[in-house]
Amino acid sequence: MRKRISSTAQAVAAAGALAALGALPLQAMADDVIQLGSAISITGKYSQEGKNASDGYNFALKKLNDAGGVKVGGKEYKLEVKYYDDESTPARTAQLLERLIGQDDIKFVLGPYGSGPTKAAAPVTEKYKIPMVEAEGASRSLFTQNYKYLFAALSTSEQYLSPVIDLAAELAEKEGKKPGDLTIAMSFENDPFSLDVRAGVVDRAKHYGMKIVVDDKMPRDLSDISATLTKIKALKPDIIVFSGHTKGATTATRQMKEMGVNAPVVAMTHCESADLVGKFGAAAEGILCPTQWAETLKYQDPLFGTAMDYYKAFLAAHPEYKQVPYQVAQASAVIQIYADAFQRAGSLDPQKVRDALAATDLDTFYGHIKFSPEGNNISKPMVLRQIQNGKYVVVAPTKYAADPVVFPRKVSM
Amino acid sequence: MWSNVQILTGAPVFNVQLLLNGISVGAIFALIAYGLALVWGVTSVKNLSQGDMVMMGGYCGWELSKHGVHPIAAILPVAAFMFVFGWIIYRLVIRRVIQLDLFTSLLATFGLAITIQQSLNHIFGPEVRTLRSGLATISLFHGKVDITEIRLVAVALCILVAAAMIVFLRYSRMGQAIRATAQDPRAARVLGVDTDRVYSLTFSINAALCGAAGVLIAMVWVIQPFYGIAYSVRAFVIVTAAGLGNFSAVIVTALFLGVIEQYSGFVAGAQFQQATIVGLLLAILIVRRLALLRHRKALQ
Repeated sequence: MRKRISSTAQAVAAAGALAALGALPLQAMADDVIQLGSAISITGKYSQEGKNASDGYNFALKKLNDAGGVKVGGKEYKLEVKYYDDESTPARTAQLLERLIGQDDIKFVLGPYGSGPTKAAAPVTEKYKIPMVEAEGASRSLFTQNYKYLFAALSTSEQYLSPVIDLAAELAEKEGKKPGDLTIAMSFENDPFSLDVRAGVVDRAKHYGMKIVVDDKMPRDLSDISATLTKIKALKPDIIVFSGHTKGATTATRQMKEMGVNAPVVAMTHCESADLVGKFGAAAEGILCPTQWAETLKYQDPLFGTAMDYYKAFLAAHPEYKQVPYQVAQASAVIQIYADAFQRAGSLDPQKVRDALAATDLDTFYGHIKFSPEGNNISKPMVLRQIQNGKYVVVAPTKYAADPVVFPRKVSM
Repeated sequence: MWSNVQILTGAPVFNVQLLLNGISVGAIFALIAYGLALVWGVTSVKNLSQGDMVMMGGYCGWELSKHGVHPIAAILPVAAFMFVFGWIIYRLVIRRVIQLDLFTSLLATFGLAITIQQSLNHIFGPEVRTLRSGLATISLFHGKVDITEIRLVAVALCILVAAAMIVFLRYSRMGQAIRATAQDPRAARVLGVDTDRVYSLTFSINAALCGAAGVLIAMVWVIQPFYGIAYSVRAFVIVTAAGLGNFSAVIVTALFLGVIEQYSGFVAGAQFQQATIVGLLLAILIVRRLALLRHRKALQ
């Protein structure tokens, strides 16, 4: 009993002393620091990706603070992030956001990792009217709910393969052909992500008046797509498009080679996670693969310089990375978006910052940022890379591309 | 859909492609279904871990190829390894549930399936893997029809195994014992057949067949720790459609369904491939039931 009293007394004394000692600096710190908050996956199945995202946030924060922080209404502020671990579970993400906003008094939220946790987080920030800028949730469905406080730096899933159609149209025009004469054969897995991707392709094809001659949907369990490929072989389309996660990419690449199926333009998602080059070598040549960002792009901004400058600086600061995943880069861009919005808002009132975010029109090393009324970034295109000599080379959009596209696709059969 | 039929009538050469692909797909499924039918018929255990044993075989082949063994040369050692694995599993699990009711054995093999899946995931990781056979593609009809040599190997292996099994079951002493046990285990025991040995051999042969099929699948398609279920389902469909106790029917059904799958994928689209197969199974079961009813009426 006595021990408890004494420890309580000690705690009170310590707290008092701390308050007395720290009152001034604490006050000063709270004054010129803007607290951001995030529930991110530190453990669980997204722990790797969550680390990528928080490394990206922290890297940009340090860079920004070292450069003097942000100026809001004539006053300099530093930025800081308070993290919680959402254990890769969306339900936990929502709980932790309640805590960040309700107890920790966070006024500005950085997104979690993944579409699932982001979906869980958005209703909470919406309820408290607190802005959330995210970079790791690509699902189209996030931007059909009329959320007013959600903003995303990345391209959404329906944009993954639509640049392929634009590129094909551009190439056709260069050859003096009409884009409307092109035919498309495509096969998508029957899951929400791939069907999002499909919707984007169908939309662009309609825009150009292209004809879709094969439109198959692969069941999740399907391991053989030779029936679809036989059809494609018979119809000789100008464009072949696949999306079915790593299994789809692996199966499509293998069976296209085996059955001698090819087209001038061939594109699919998940090339890198399926390790097409490592698995199939020459048979993967010429395939177009979408990515959110690549270090060879010609994007730049005053803080980081070019995309390549960012790439090198990040690798220098984080030698444990072999290359910079786009998940890192887009998280860094989120910090820049906030900094820009704080400055333009000239206030730390969440509503004013939210309005400034909605009006964002910003060039970053990650690409241009401009939000649609639904909150997704509509001005950064997905980037297409082509497998050339076993390397992923940026070929589209041609404006930012480092190398020309190899067209029509040639593959040694 | 109609336009796809017109392709086939307009350019009949594509029928050859569909048939060749269908038969090679069917041959691989036949290997898996054959083992399932054997175990089902003899021990009356419905092995839900069939597909997972296939994946396990695939990963064994993958592991061997990492150590420089050519995937095709790996088929035999993997089959041998899986034979031993099957024997151990029989001793540990199957033996204890053979005499029990249907649900206990289903539960046991289901548990086995989960254990294999998770162990593979733990050891090899969740990435999709493939093996490269290094074999070429044979081009026919001016490149309109292509068939890979590895698929021909699959067909050859299927025929070889089927022939060997038929000879073994019909003429060897053990084969006769297996057939006797399948017909009536009690009577077989009374006549001096060591049914326990018959059961363990059957289960081991099945595991070996799964192993061989797994290595082939890694060369023809892809393997992943959790993709086994698709092969289990297909094997069950084939055995159910073929009927028990008729091993040549299993092979014919497997090939037939392989071809049907190709045609439905071509004409109606990949989304209808599996639906067609399952729909066909339903039709077969209804027809068979009606035939059975008529038979009963005749008896009355």
